[in-house]
Amino acid sequence: MAQHFHRSMNTVAKVSIFGAVFIIGFGAWLLLEINRSSNVTNVGIALPQPVQFSHQHHVAGLGIECRYCHTSVEHSAFANIPPMSTCMNCHQQIWFGAPMLEPVRVSWKSGQALEWNRVHNLGDYVYFNHGIHVQKGIGCVSCHGRVDQMQLVYKDQPHTMEWCLSCHRNPAQHIRPRDQVFNMTWKPEDIGETQATLGARLVKEYNIESPRKLTSCSTCHH
Amino acid sequence: MLRTSKRPGRWRQALWAGLTAMLLAGGAGCKQKMSYQPRYDPLERSEIFTDRTSARPAPAGTVARGFLRDNPGLFLGRKENGDYVTEFPFPITEAVMKRGQERFTIYCTMCHGFSGYGDGMIVQRGFSPPPSLHNPETREKSVGYYFSVITNGYGAMPGHAHQIPVSDRWAIVAYVRALQLSQNARLEDVPAAHRKDLDAPTAAAQATTSASGPHSGGTHR
Repeated sequence: MAQHFHRSMNTVAKVSIFGAVFIIGFGAWLLLEINRSSNVTNVGIALPQPVQFSHQHHVAGLGIECRYCHTSVEHSAFANIPPMSTCMNCHQQIWFGAPMLEPVRVSWKSGQALEWNRVHNLGDYVYFNHGIHVQKGIGCVSCHGRVDQMQLVYKDQPHTMEWCLSCHRNPAQHIRPRDQVFNMTWKPEDIGETQATLGARLVKEYNIESPRKLTSCSTCHH
Repeated sequence: MLRTSKRPGRWRQALWAGLTAMLLAGGAGCKQKMSYQPRYDPLERSEIFTDRTSARPAPAGTVARGFLRDNPGLFLGRKENGDYVTEFPFPITEAVMKRGQERFTIYCTMCHGFSGYGDGMIVQRGFSPPPSLHNPETREKSVGYYFSVITNGYGAMPGHAHQIPVSDRWAIVAYVRALQLSQNARLEDVPAAHRKDLDAPTAAAQATTSASGPHSGGTHR
């Protein structure tokens, strides 16, 4: 009876016993890397939108404050996108006939919703509350990046659970004074402090819960 | 490319079976049904309603919980007889004034300008210029009139009721009064202890001269 395997298979078998650990390890590492890559998290990828709305133009160019449009960000669990009437406050006169704004005018007149593609979307099992983060001194820029420099909005941070926990384990590294939350360029050095000392002080001052409480499952998945 | 040996068959089959199993296992992670539970997120698309949104407007004649406007002085800036009120519906403290300054900066400066002269950025870009808040006839208007204009709009200015809550509108009116006072004051009107502050740049002035985008004061609720 002929041999089933060539002699070289002896070597392959020996190597594969040793290599299995690395192959499985590599596979696991690859899966984690894929999950952290922008293919999954969408970091840095601007979604197509019905209107090419530029935050760079409206915020950096004109100086419109975040809350002029995003009125609920300080108190509501949900950070709103503005209704068409907010757009029309200015665009009833400015660029009124512009073809780019046609979807806005159609929606405004007809009452049909303008369907934006949502950029920041957490799983339905996360009960994220936007208002509490603003009230406790987390700056817009910490989670959303330099929106004032974005033409089309994209995710600046991965918004994965790993990422959430990195701050919930040590909030002092990101807390800033409440009156600087909407300042896109604030740095602790501006007021002659370091983030370490300022953060530790503000965590006490704003009554921020302990990392043990903040990393409890039910804090976000209740 | 997977194999250079000429021996086909079981090894190749096993390889493909293994790859398929890995893909299936990976694919299972991509479809997480818990992420898309059968309920609406705020502003989510709806297939049920003809305007395609799950956020429903209030039917005519209904009042949302907490939105009963049963006090015309507070909610309309008018007395029972329809005249504008001439006094604020609540005491104006320093905290209210600071709140008003912050909210004026957010919602009003785009057209009215940081000092209220009607020279804001949107006006510079072609919007109808509003009258200066420091015109003699504008200064004579009652506080109820200002509240009503913020709420309902006037001329080219749309109402801002959907952006600014009632208490903030009153705080803005208080700050407008302070602005009007500031632009028509003499040095003797400033308490002696505060005169040195006049040389220091204000937060609003720093915001306008900084190239770093929007700034604002603190929140108070």
